[in-house]
Amino acid sequence: MRKISLANLDALFAAIAAEETLYLPQDTEKGAVYAEWCEGATLSNALNTVRSPKDFFFPQTENLMDFKVEGKSIEIIDTRKECEDFVIFGVRACDVRSFEVLDRVFLSEPVDTYYKNRRDHGVIISMACTRPAETCFCQTFGIDAAAPEGDIVCHKTEDTLYLDAKTEKGETLLARLSALTEECDTSAVEAQQALIRERMAKLPLANLSASDFGADKTMEFFNRPEWKELSQSCLGCGTCTFVCPTCQCYDIKDFDTGHGIKRFRCWDSCMYSEFTRMAHGNNRLTQVERFRQRFMHKLVYYPTNNDGLFSCVGCGRCLAKCPINMNIVKVMKTLGGKDNG
Amino acid sequence: MVDMKETLIPVVGVVTDIRIDTPDVKTFRVVTPDGKKAFDHMPGQCAMLSIPGVGEAMFSITSSPTNTEYMEFSIKKCGCVTEWLHSMEVGQQITIRGPYGNAFPVDTAFAGHDMLFIAGGIGLAPLRSVINYCRHYRDRYGKIDIVYGSRSMQDLVDYREIIEEWSKDAGVSVHLTIDREQPEWDGHVGFVPNYVKELGFSTDKIAILCGPPIMIKFTLAGLQEIGFDKTQVYTTLELRMKCGVGKCGRCNVGAKYVCKDGPVFRCDQIDELPDEY
Ligand SMILES: Cc1cc2nc3c(=O)[nH]c(=O)nc-3n(C[C@H](O)[C@H](O)[C@H](O)COP(=O)(O)OP(=O)(O)OC[C@H]3O[C@@H](n4cnc5c(N)ncnc54)[C@H](O)[C@@H]3O)c2cc1C
Ligand code: SF4
Ligand code: SF4
Ligand code: FES
Repeated sequence: MRKISLANLDALFAAIAAEETLYLPQDTEKGAVYAEWCEGATLSNALNTVRSPKDFFFPQTENLMDFKVEGKSIEIIDTRKECEDFVIFGVRACDVRSFEVLDRVFLSEPVDTYYKNRRDHGVIISMACTRPAETCFCQTFGIDAAAPEGDIVCHKTEDTLYLDAKTEKGETLLARLSALTEECDTSAVEAQQALIRERMAKLPLANLSASDFGADKTMEFFNRPEWKELSQSCLGCGTCTFVCPTCQCYDIKDFDTGHGIKRFRCWDSCMYSEFTRMAHGNNRLTQVERFRQRFMHKLVYYPTNNDGLFSCVGCGRCLAKCPINMNIVKVMKTLGGKDNG
Repeated sequence: MVDMKETLIPVVGVVTDIRIDTPDVKTFRVVTPDGKKAFDHMPGQCAMLSIPGVGEAMFSITSSPTNTEYMEFSIKKCGCVTEWLHSMEVGQQITIRGPYGNAFPVDTAFAGHDMLFIAGGIGLAPLRSVINYCRHYRDRYGKIDIVYGSRSMQDLVDYREIIEEWSKDAGVSVHLTIDREQPEWDGHVGFVPNYVKELGFSTDKIAILCGPPIMIKFTLAGLQEIGFDKTQVYTTLELRMKCGVGKCGRCNVGAKYVCKDGPVFRCDQIDELPDEY
């Protein structure tokens, strides 16, 4: 384990940014957002960013390819370029887990090369959460906010940043920063971890349980009458899917620039009525079905296909952002009530 | 990584022949610019065709894999992409990617069996590939029955091929029907589900159903009435699709993605899906 005084944080960032583009949470009037670090930028103290970091690997819109059309002929232009190395600093435990959730979709055969390109070139420096919020429930999904995953795991105390490399990528980067950091023991980190775990245990959602949900429970939950009431006020605005770090549905659309045609991929939402509309009808006619799809996918379908892993990481973003104050916690409490008294 | 194959990036295809089947269905023959088949496939698999600037859409590959020269698609006009495809002339280039989806188990579960094909309207498109595969490897299958119906005589897809080739094959019986009487039609009149019951097939066959959801529902019920078990009946599901590889989330039903776990399902497997297709 290495450490660096917080007074030297700028030097650390500058050293990283000298070779790789560095992104870190910075305060704006819209809340904390990941932005590129440049001289003078300061690390936000907010617990988490408004938007999740999924954009780094699965951007809201991206150009997939271009076409040149002349008369009856078509030329397909592969616009993929090897991505440059980049570092994301300060990723929370929940969001680090969301990358694993996305990996299992995009890196399974056939590999999504757009995603893999970014993923291979990104280094993740995670940060333990000293002040978890009331909307946090990562522990429901077995995530430890005191010990995030990541290439390098950081703990920030009042005066010191502790860094621990967990992967080859992390070791390479930390080795490069060795002149700025010094070797240290783990006692300060352990003390902080104990404190974090104590705080986590006192959170209002500390006892939320997902144990009723999981793989192969489709028929148990699909026809539950409660879906109707739960979804009653849902506006179908899709906000929950857009802020969610694990929502991965997408659309493919073409755009004629006047000089050629660009094909884009952009985020889509199962909460939208258009999502499944077909010539002969729509298999999800009302918001009840669309609402159910989002939560069934996170709590049952995804785990069925992924060794029981849930596709919610308990980041709480949808709790904070839904205009009608509906969210996955309410769904879990209503439908999986046995352990959620 | 950027030299890795990316399934979302298609190849160019050239339309070399266009056949007008019905007032709203045309069959297009597609090869690569150097005159080859774009890729190999198995009966039941699909491909994404696109016109850059208009969009992509999924279609069954209606030609049989045993056709080594080209692929064919029977396409019904119903929206942006399909309308554009219908307005094409021979020589037009399009893009094509695939193959997507599972396939009918032609070499395993179907091998050695009598086959009963039942199609309605454009539902013949996926079946034609299997039918011609079975005809090509004739000795691997028993007796073949084909029940095919459409709104009118003019709406029967592949009519020439059915009359001039299929119905002349030994061991192949074709049963055509149209929904309403027509002066120039002397064949059967009536809906497919009823016709199937009237024909009263022996129940030792494998049945494959393709067509509008309502036809599938009633035909399946009819088959069960005359003694078929759901494990003997196969069909295809059609949901909206974008990626074709189980990632965009469009075609998700329960824990399945119709684009990769389907479109072919055995009817008892469909019962395990939530009722949302
Ligand atoms: C696995 C599979 C195999 C198919 N095989 C064939 C085939 O062999 N021949 C054939 O003619 N058609 C087939 N289809 C249907 C075909 O994909 C749609 O007709 C086509 O996507 C409509 O595109 P469009 O741009 O013309 O319509 P749009 O302009 O997109 O829309 C017109 C209408 O069609 C709806 N639509 C969009 N996508 C689909 C879809 N995937 N299925 C049904 N309706 C859709 C739209 O929501 C709208 O209501 C198949 C579909 C699937 C999923
Ligand atoms: S649950 Fe809330 S955020 Fe999500 S679509 Fe419905 S109203 Fe919008
Ligand atoms: S469903 Fe809500 S709490 Fe769960 S990962 Fe998505 S945004 Fe976070
Ligand atoms: S079409 Fe994208 S998941 Fe099936």
